Amino acid sequence: MAPVAAPDMIVPGIDDVIADAKQHGTGGAGEHSMVLNMGPQHPSTHGVLRLVLEIDGESVVSLAPDIGYLHTGIEKTCEAKFYQQVVPLTDRIDYLCPMTNTLCYCLAVEKLLEIEVPERAEVLRVLLNELTRIQSHLVWLGTHAMDIGALTVFLYCFREREEILRIFEALSGQRMMTSYFRIGGIALEPPLGFAEWVQRLLNDLPEKIQEYENLLTANPIWMGRIKGVGYLSKEDAIALGVTGPPARASGIDWDLRRDMPYSGYERYKFAVPISTDGDVWARYVVRMQEMRESVNICQQALDLFTSMPATRLTANAPKIVLPDREQMKTQMESLIHHFKIVTEGFAVPAGEVFQAIESPRGEMGYYVVSDGTAKPYRVHMRNPSFATLQALETMCKGRLLADVVAVIGSIDIVLGEIDR
Amino acid sequence: MGGTPTPLPVPDPGPMAQSPGPHPGPEPGPSGTGQREYPKQAIFGKDAVFAAMPWNEAIAALGELAIDAKWARQELTLTVARESIAAACRAVQAAGYHFFEDLTAVDWYPQEPRMQLSYHILSLELKQRVRLAVLLDSADLTVDSITGVWPSANFYEREVFDLFGVKFAGHPGLTRIMMPPDWNGHPLRKDYPVEGYR
Repeated sequence: MAPVAAPDMIVPGIDDVIADAKQHGTGGAGEHSMVLNMGPQHPSTHGVLRLVLEIDGESVVSLAPDIGYLHTGIEKTCEAKFYQQVVPLTDRIDYLCPMTNTLCYCLAVEKLLEIEVPERAEVLRVLLNELTRIQSHLVWLGTHAMDIGALTVFLYCFREREEILRIFEALSGQRMMTSYFRIGGIALEPPLGFAEWVQRLLNDLPEKIQEYENLLTANPIWMGRIKGVGYLSKEDAIALGVTGPPARASGIDWDLRRDMPYSGYERYKFAVPISTDGDVWARYVVRMQEMRESVNICQQALDLFTSMPATRLTANAPKIVLPDREQMKTQMESLIHHFKIVTEGFAVPAGEVFQAIESPRGEMGYYVVSDGTAKPYRVHMRNPSFATLQALETMCKGRLLADVVAVIGSIDIVLGEIDR
Repeated sequence: MGGTPTPLPVPDPGPMAQSPGPHPGPEPGPSGTGQREYPKQAIFGKDAVFAAMPWNEAIAALGELAIDAKWARQELTLTVARESIAAACRAVQAAGYHFFEDLTAVDWYPQEPRMQLSYHILSLELKQRVRLAVLLDSADLTVDSITGVWPSANFYEREVFDLFGVKFAGHPGLTRIMMPPDWNGHPLRKDYPVEGYR
């Protein structure tokens, strides 16, 4: 195939966006259609997503997402920081699952450095990641139900989410931007009473999840709004790059935790819920089931964690991992290492890695390129919401405008990670 | 009238399939075990990588198209010529790598070739990933679009165009995606100023 001459750079204004929306229409609507702007400040767009919709009466003819309102240039900022200074930035990409982002970045750099993390730290990472998944799904469920009109669920969900955030605060001092995982291990030993606290939470959670299901699952309004809405076929899901719960709801049997395990996920037994319905309802059912499986993984990880001897949570790599405070104050070597890491960073061997993990929203990947210095040459994040957003038009085309709100809720996008 | 209210009928929550279990993974090599062992050490160069793992599906598919290869940190990178990226994507897609994951660029300024495009492609059946790389000279930062192979590459190509200024020939609507439409320059390039006033 011979390369075609590239078009010159186009600078579209609002008129061009509207013309583009019309051009991508199915053609059947003709002059009866109108163009509707939805967002960026709209309560159901979960952040600052702007949609330009062409509607014919109440049905959607075409739809074009407009993103970039939250673009903060995190990838550029990473290039100016030492490797360890990137960790707090990764928290801020997807603010609903900070621990998952940090884990993915740490795994990528650990792969570049070729260092092994102690098993105890791996287990704690899995435990916290699954708690993060539960709290992220709780926000999804609360806001998704609220978009459709079930306000009570939101308050119930945030009650349990608050408990998980309190645990995170006890661990790291921060409710959301935890920065608790570090390259080579974990920042701090968990506080006293941590295991009992998590155990209490895990004892309660199955009952609470049942409580949400009682409010929603058999609710005729809920079912009427989401059954058969926003259909996405398996082939379309693959072609449009959809991953995670939306892909599993379309019948793609793929979960990175099971199929390409990282951080010791092969130690745990869990089921991967899938459905072949491909609609908003299927995504709801899959995510509810996933929360139960996450509780199951958390329980196994907690049992494993409490049965292990209390060894160090960091790798034995003094030039990469900061020494304990106690050692730093008593040993000259440790003080030198501390000083060198903080002021100069640590050099990472040249190379490139791509590390993918299963985030609550799908496949999250970090592509880190090193040129052998102490600062990453390039950090790129493959975020699940960015790809899933491309499938929005396929899911909404020909449906009612009100269904767009249900579909946006069901794909669980976070604009922070789309725009980065 | 009167009496206890009849509870609402609980509808069937619909079919809820449980996963049949993990994928079986790739078949063992034709002549028994040991055929599919990945090398522990990094290998560089097309001939060496192709000799070390000829059974790899991506390597078998790109025998002609690859111009360089690298096996490092348990990841396979195959470099293809600029003209043949769409053909290479079709070839790996036919070989079972049917899920496009990611596309991004690395700016090696001031070195030449300046721009490296990295395509990450996953196979759900083989549980393997392959990275296709394309190197572009700064004189002509143009490459064929792969939206014809995977529609999901649409946003990724727009992002690379926006932030690096690489043009994708044949893309259905190559416009800026992150930056405002009237923005000048491409922020993720290494020669883009990070301080001072605009």
